[in-house]
Amino acid sequence: MSSPAPKSPEQSEKSKKYDRQLRLWGDHGQKFLENSKICLINATALGTEILKSLVLPGIGSFTIVDGEKVTDDDIGSNFFIESDSIGMSRAQVATQNLLELNPDVRGDYIDESVDHIMAHSQDFFDTFSVVIATCLPEKVLMPLSRHLWEKNVPLIVCRSVGFLGYIRIQVKEHTIIEAHPDNENHDLRLDNPWPALKEHLDKVDVTKLDNKERSHVPAVVILYYYLAQFKSKHGHLPKTRAEKEEVKKMITESPPPDEHGIKNLEENFKEAIRYINTCINPIKIPPNLQAILEDDSCINVNQNSSPFWVLCAALKEFVEKEGAPPLKGTLPDMAADTSSYITLQQLYQKQAQTQCEIIYRRALEIARNLGLSQETITESEAKLFCKHASELHVIRGSCIADEYQKTRVDLTSCLEDPDSLMFHYITLRGLERFISEFNSYPGQLDDHVEPDVLKLKGIIGKLLGEWGCSQIIRDERVHEVCRYGGAELHSVSAILGGCAAHEAIKLITLQYKPLNNTFIYDAITSTSASFTL
Amino acid sequence: MSETQEQKRWGHLRKVLERPGPFCHPEFEPSPEIMDFIVTSCKVLVVGAGGLGCELLKDLALMGFKQIHVIDMDTIDLSNLNRQFLFRQKDIGQSKAKVAAAFINKRVPGCQVTPHFCKIQDYDESFYRSFHIMVCGLDSIVARRWINGMILSLLSYEDGVLDNSTIIPLVDGGTEGFKGNARVIVPGNNACVECTLDLYPPQITYPLCTIANTPRLPEHCIEYVKVVLWPKENPFNAPLDGDDSQHIGWVYEKSLERASQFNIPGVTYRLVQGVVKHIIPAVASTNAVIAGVCATEVFKIATSCCLPLNNYMVFNDVDGIYTYTYAAERRDNCVVCSQVPQTLPIEDPSKVKLKDLIKILCEDEMFQMKNPGLTTVIDGKNKTLYISTIKSIEERTRDNLNKTLVELGLKDGMDIMVADATSPMTLVFTLKFATSDVEMK
Repeated sequence: MSSPAPKSPEQSEKSKKYDRQLRLWGDHGQKFLENSKICLINATALGTEILKSLVLPGIGSFTIVDGEKVTDDDIGSNFFIESDSIGMSRAQVATQNLLELNPDVRGDYIDESVDHIMAHSQDFFDTFSVVIATCLPEKVLMPLSRHLWEKNVPLIVCRSVGFLGYIRIQVKEHTIIEAHPDNENHDLRLDNPWPALKEHLDKVDVTKLDNKERSHVPAVVILYYYLAQFKSKHGHLPKTRAEKEEVKKMITESPPPDEHGIKNLEENFKEAIRYINTCINPIKIPPNLQAILEDDSCINVNQNSSPFWVLCAALKEFVEKEGAPPLKGTLPDMAADTSSYITLQQLYQKQAQTQCEIIYRRALEIARNLGLSQETITESEAKLFCKHASELHVIRGSCIADEYQKTRVDLTSCLEDPDSLMFHYITLRGLERFISEFNSYPGQLDDHVEPDVLKLKGIIGKLLGEWGCSQIIRDERVHEVCRYGGAELHSVSAILGGCAAHEAIKLITLQYKPLNNTFIYDAITSTSASFTL
Repeated sequence: MSETQEQKRWGHLRKVLERPGPFCHPEFEPSPEIMDFIVTSCKVLVVGAGGLGCELLKDLALMGFKQIHVIDMDTIDLSNLNRQFLFRQKDIGQSKAKVAAAFINKRVPGCQVTPHFCKIQDYDESFYRSFHIMVCGLDSIVARRWINGMILSLLSYEDGVLDNSTIIPLVDGGTEGFKGNARVIVPGNNACVECTLDLYPPQITYPLCTIANTPRLPEHCIEYVKVVLWPKENPFNAPLDGDDSQHIGWVYEKSLERASQFNIPGVTYRLVQGVVKHIIPAVASTNAVIAGVCATEVFKIATSCCLPLNNYMVFNDVDGIYTYTYAAERRDNCVVCSQVPQTLPIEDPSKVKLKDLIKILCEDEMFQMKNPGLTTVIDGKNKTLYISTIKSIEERTRDNLNKTLVELGLKDGMDIMVADATSPMTLVFTLKFATSDVEMK
């Protein structure tokens, strides 16, 4: 037996512990996570649920800001508050119990209210990767959201009340290289093969293959051959459905008849037919990429530009010259013999590498001309960038304080839609205003439910008036929120906690598309909605 | 904990249980007795103490439930610690059910989680019948089907009318990466797991000829080592164990060798482990969401404070946060829940062999059995047709596989009894021959 292979980093204890998530966001995603610093404002049940799903996968560190002392309500809803800690600092108890979850994570706390910190040292928040706030009163939310918006620190605001949940992400600009779309399009370039691929594919005459060769020739080769036949007949590639059907027919009728005169279509030929619909359209620049290439940050790179935008500037030049994004360089699996498949695969890889090299070198040049340190752009990042060029995304968010002054959405038409959950947003805004005005939740005390319904109705009516919205919120919706009396149901907080934690992970790892920008969850019907406000 | 403190602790829950609301279940009557029921008598079984199970136990304990049982045959592994938050490094190798129960009981005063460190099949209906509600957090489809079969077998019908007191609602959750689903099954009333078997994707398999002759992907090389090379070389005189690092190391090296012979890139240790163990990626956040949805449903069912989910919800947070809720439909002729006698139509019993029958039971989208054992009654005598799970019987009945149904003495209208890992009950299928040989003679 051969000697054991050297221990790869894949076999380290850490890799084993994080194995199930490394299969999703990779070692590079994990590295971002391990370098991140999270701030949690208010260690409510929802707050600790969010941190739990961040501490477990291994963020770098967290800081809890909370001036509250532990109460009975915390014991009944917050898993990270022990029953014998009543009267103790909630921030401290939560920190200790959360740290137990993962020895790789550092954590500390500040036993002060967020108002106090905002009043004395606003810049405290500036160094965090993400700030997460729960149960934040409007009067603190406004200055905090302004401040973090200016400092370019992402903010996630969450609320869990009764069967209702709300998540709002405030991020100025967020760029994504790896969106991990569920359905990836194959990038085969059969409409316009580069010379090396053309030379390779031109060598095969599918009609001259013997039976064994026929059953082993890759679908790409088959498809290319019949496209060429079509082109020589019509002078162009098939565009319409009827033209594609014609190619399909050519392939279907290609097999030599067997002894019974029946034409049996081989698996690889069937594959070629399946590729017709998805793989022969001329390569287009998808709208998300087009928007990026036309973005101001791409056109006007400067010494403050991030590596992403420098790469975009290089990509823009490439796309303008080539008329297409760089080749992805991956070949889907297809029935074929090993060497035909591997030869093709290598052709695709090599071309992708060559194109990536061009973009990478150009990006370095741009960085140098701008006086940027060239080390900021790494080869591995450039590779990922080129591979996923068609899936690049940029999200430009909105400031919560601006939204509270004037929302971007036409609320009237949203409220007219009977299926829209927008009314929950309105009621929650009313709830916040109620808390600011009366310093308690509507219906907090049993005998206050009825009078608070009237008060909350008044507040919501006033808000709608301010927004110039002629619609009303149904009384039963107002009643339901007052019935909750500010109750936090643990299982509802658990749902929102998981959602918010993953949004934070997206913001940190720069992978997957974050929510843009408001999520409403209705646990009564187990339904949800997202809005861009 | 004093009584007043206990009262105060559940202040959150009491608000939604003791106050009327416009969106409550029509039969909901707010009262302090509901909280009493949750705290003192409502008995809930959590099936699985893994990623979903840990979350479910926490969620249920903080929704006031105290009489909780948890069943899991697994022990704790290092790779669980990124999400199964009731376990620590020092717990590795211990029973998941026991460690999870002990942690919850310590953290949530008064909560009495009872662990069962065993297989679900180790208990019979007398155990399962004792619960008010069950909630599943499993990664195994077979186990989920078995539990579904169990709650359906507990139903009793009188003159075709279901006795509602025999219904035990089942809440079921599942996750994979950033996707998940939650559903509420009211047995005999809405779609059961078997009604919607088509929702489960078939496991990826590679044709033997590809892995042996024309490998293209690193997975093909790994599969070759696993399926062909391991039994041939038998390097450790033992079946391949995905949890044994020496075994994985051997497969890794041999897969690398094979890949380099064919110039196939991409064999990594992680991929080898993934292919050998069929690893499903998992993160804390998705488990938290799905368990939260399931626990909320358990709470709704136990208290009637809202109508339960009707009946299926899917969740995906790859791109934003997406949920979709719909009513999965019952299958009129569901093998397990329909009360409709099952027939197996056979085109030509003189040509169809027993192995073809077994193939139908395994591959038909409606049955998807794993290792069905078949018996029948011929002339009043029990006859074992084929059973693969018991070695001596397998050897004795193996020859039957290649016999036709006629050769086996089977006739139109006869019953075949089928036992399978996917169900706790024996299922009865009536043979229906298209060309009845009796009539033809």
